[in-house]
Amino acid sequence: MAYPRAAVAVLLVVVALALQVTLLSRLPLPGATPDLVLLVVVGLALAEGPAVGLATGFGAGLAVDLVPPADHEVGRWAFVLTLLGYLAGLAQAETRRSAFVPIAVVAATALGSVLLYAGLGALMDDPNVTWPAVNRLLPTAVVYDVVLAAFALPAILAIARRVHGEPQR
Amino acid sequence: MLLALLLVTSVSLITIDYRGAGDDQSPLDRLRSLAAGVFGPVEQVAAAIASPVSDAVDGFSRLGDGEGEAERLRQRNQELTRRLRTSELDRNRAAELDALLHLAGAGRYRVVPAQVIAVGSAQTFSWTVTIDAGTRDGVRPDMTVLNGDGLVGRVKTAGRTTATVLLAVDPDSSVGARLEGSMEVGFTTGQGIETGLDLRLLDGQSSVAAGDRLVTFGSQGSTPYVPGVPLGVVRSVQGSPGSQTRTAVVEPYVDFSALDLVAVVVQPPRKDPRDAVLPPRPAGTPTPTVTVTVTPQSDGGG
Repeated sequence: MAYPRAAVAVLLVVVALALQVTLLSRLPLPGATPDLVLLVVVGLALAEGPAVGLATGFGAGLAVDLVPPADHEVGRWAFVLTLLGYLAGLAQAETRRSAFVPIAVVAATALGSVLLYAGLGALMDDPNVTWPAVNRLLPTAVVYDVVLAAFALPAILAIARRVHGEPQR
Repeated sequence: MLLALLLVTSVSLITIDYRGAGDDQSPLDRLRSLAAGVFGPVEQVAAAIASPVSDAVDGFSRLGDGEGEAERLRQRNQELTRRLRTSELDRNRAAELDALLHLAGAGRYRVVPAQVIAVGSAQTFSWTVTIDAGTRDGVRPDMTVLNGDGLVGRVKTAGRTTATVLLAVDPDSSVGARLEGSMEVGFTTGQGIETGLDLRLLDGQSSVAAGDRLVTFGSQGSTPYVPGVPLGVVRSVQGSPGSQTRTAVVEPYVDFSALDLVAVVVQPPRKDPRDAVLPPRPAGTPTPTVTVTVTPQSDGGG
């Protein structure tokens, strides 16, 4: 039972990552890049809870760290997405209460991902991490991710629930 | 429990990679090139799919709703429009290749052409792209990358079929620059894709002005930068003449937000091409007015 679920998670992450680096990051958008990988992690965490969230987050983060054209220290996105996957998973029970919960979680994790990643960079004296750069990314990251979530999150949740064998609402 | 374990793993990975970065042989580089070997082809396929996707969406969006002659004709029309657009794309690409070959010829650089297939997301704070040429094509780390307009960056890491390019606008990249027609030299440092480059001139007395044009000075042994590649145009100058160093804002020739066809210089020219590679000055119009009009003034973020 766990095997197809893991395979589906891996497939979702690979597809999201491929789309992210070849399509989304090339869109002529000012500021941040819509983060489809983050949405996959958040989606699976919301559907299946903190344990799946942090495992998916770690795997997806490591993939983001390694796949070209990544050029930063390996482990930075792994750290960020592990933590955010876990935290998003904690909100699993709340998702049934209101449709706004997933949107709020996406907004919060988008904000958190930029801040955490920049924070890790600041700890390592990354010359690229500056306040103006962070400031420019923050609002756009939240807006793009929430907009993208409106399309992508229902699909991710549906896939996760179907694989889970749970009857759809 | 698992959370703590994975977080600690991440942190130790970061530490290993961070420590190893100094003596440019991180144990994780192996892992990285493995990932490049596995995911590079995936990116190539995805990039090949992604570019005609929008066209296909256009073409298929109206399929299947109704029958009849009108519908058939409309589809035929769409098909022809799509083909026309594709040939336009081809023509665009041919023009890019023309410009590239012209530039490479003018500088006598021997180049390997490549296509940008993936771009790093802005959230990583670094400006890197993946190209579809690797060690198989003779691409090695620390080679100059250019396109028909000028300097793009340098090869950071090279896998078998793909390579990662650090763009000149990345804050990590610092390029030796020379003012056109003089021996005034300085360094440009990347300021991100929206700001361009910062120029720092070594001689505080130098008379640099808006509209001056820059080429690469060329590094020791032409690694990582070959000499004579057009860099950009000085947009504005800070500091008065006589101060310790003079800095200027440079607008790069290359449009880094729309990179497509690039070339890796696999063999530097035998002789410094000096200013021969710079585009001809537009006749009649004074250059400063041309460059100033492009400046977006209301960019508060800086």
